[in-house]
Amino acid sequence: MALGVTPLGEKIESALSGNRRSLARLLSRIEEGETLELPEVTPWTLGVTGPPGVGKSTLIGRLVEYWIDNGEKVAVLAVDPSSPRSGGALLADRMRMDSTDSGESVFFRSLATRGHPGGVSHLLSPMTDLLCYCGWSRIIIETVGSGQAETRIVAFADRVLMVDGPDRGDIIQAEKAGIIELADIIAVNKSDKPGAKRAADSIRSSLELGNDKNLPEVHLVSAHNSSGIDELVVAIEKCSSPDWRNRLRITERLLSTWDSRLIMSDGLDGVLDDLETGSITLDEALDRLLS
Amino acid sequence: MRIVVAKPGLDGHDRGAKVIARALRDGGHEVVYTGLRRTPSEIIRIVTDEDVSALGLSTLSGAHDVLIPKICDGLREAGLGDVMVFAGGIIPNRDREFVFEQGVRAIFGPGSRTDEILSFLDACSDRIEKGEPIGVGQSAGWRWE
Ligand code: B12
Ligand SMILES: Nc1nc2c(ncn2[C@@H]2O[C@H](COP(=O)(O)OP(=O)(O)OP(=O)(O)O)[C@@H](O)[C@H]2O)c(=O)[nH]1
Ligand SMILES: [Mg+2]
Repeated sequence: MALGVTPLGEKIESALSGNRRSLARLLSRIEEGETLELPEVTPWTLGVTGPPGVGKSTLIGRLVEYWIDNGEKVAVLAVDPSSPRSGGALLADRMRMDSTDSGESVFFRSLATRGHPGGVSHLLSPMTDLLCYCGWSRIIIETVGSGQAETRIVAFADRVLMVDGPDRGDIIQAEKAGIIELADIIAVNKSDKPGAKRAADSIRSSLELGNDKNLPEVHLVSAHNSSGIDELVVAIEKCSSPDWRNRLRITERLLSTWDSRLIMSDGLDGVLDDLETGSITLDEALDRLLS
Repeated sequence: MRIVVAKPGLDGHDRGAKVIARALRDGGHEVVYTGLRRTPSEIIRIVTDEDVSALGLSTLSGAHDVLIPKICDGLREAGLGDVMVFAGGIIPNRDREFVFEQGVRAIFGPGSRTDEILSFLDACSDRIEKGEPIGVGQSAGWRWE
């Protein structure tokens, strides 16, 4: 394919040949809403989510080291929220992963959610496609997992690792909200601290109360002393999502695409005006936007 | 703007860098914070992967005279001459001229007000928009004093 004839195509070729600058620039272009024409690819993706501060970034650092040692090329996309007030964002995940700051086999990119229609999530697909096309064989996406928008981001990874800490019990809360249904594997991190085993046990017994036969494995790990990491990687490598969970993810993808299409449609302002004055119903508004 | 705030070298003073990272976020910027003890080559690598337009260096340990030139040279060598570099922390008056000569556009010492730093970044955005080069590898001249 004659990718190289346009400036964008040249950038893609350059990224493909290993130029990090070009790859980084292309990811920005995608973030700005540009569409790249790429051959069909199947990226390997792992979503890592969980409450703030449980050690997601530190744990990802360990996974990165493991995979690099095994000859993989690992890319990490770490998503943090933009401040709704200022629009700014503090992207501090990479400070926990110094293994990502050198070496040719790892690429790390911080992403802010910005005001993207449908969330940043619908951009993750083209980003992981690009990374895969450029030879990145393991792609890890970190998001803070609380609330609807974050669930949606996780729906863009083919396998999902949910992380919890020793003294939070937040995952039990997550279960109430249904978010836990997206997890293929659960890791209770900070096993070097008291309370971690108890947290893992209570998550297990809580999961067993349901009638799902395909329970996610619960792993006890420590990103600090590396205990349980090898076993966790093996579990991640062999995990396959049950069909119904895949279906849930596809549903999320559909909803996110729907949202962004709706929010980007031309007549939106007019329809919102009419809704405000009450001259049309919500159903009529949708019909008009999608006609 | 998308900005990396970095702590180069063995300097363990991170309070100022964290204050600045927060303030820039509240001023509407996307800030990637590197954490402590990054080498010049790690910082160049982070600037590359994160595709930022500016790099803010925080140094309080007295090693600015070695680290800042290394980082600025490294950026130019890596083809990142369009990245704007600014600095803060403890940089004695006698060293300011030398640091500016490396291509640094502003130096903010102790007691600097965040609104002044934000005004500086606004001025940078304006210049970039107008096509006036302020990158570390682009014609020197303009500086914020
Ligand atoms: C608190 C402090 C510490 C704390 C640090 C805690 C921490 N996690 O940050 C501790 C006790 C650990 C410490 C240790 C040491 N310290 Co000390 N420390 C200080 C002190 C008193 C205040 C620094 C501070 O936090 N200020 C508050 C913050 C908000 O201000 P700031 O960092 O200056 O940041 C402002 C500006 O500089 C600027 N800024 C800073 N970074 C950036 C970056 C960008 C991009 C921008 C735009 C702006 C910007 O904006 C900020 C807001 O205005 C200073 C003296 C002083 N008055 O500065 C000495 C000082 C920095 N320390 C000093 C020394 C020597 C040490 C030690 C070597 C041992 C010692 N003798 O105490 C160790 C070394 C530690 C290490 N590994 O590096 C010297 C450095 C001398 C030098 N450069 O030549 C100083 C200047 C004291 C002195 N007069 O001798 N220190
Ligand atoms: N004791 C212990 N502390 C850990 C472990 N893993 C991470 N931490 C600490 O937990 C804190 C948070 O770690 P992060 O990796 O930033 O956690 P995170 O979940 O990515 O945080 P957010 O991205 O802010 O949601 C840091 O102080 C880590 O050093 C662990 O295995 N044991
Ligand atoms: Mg994190």
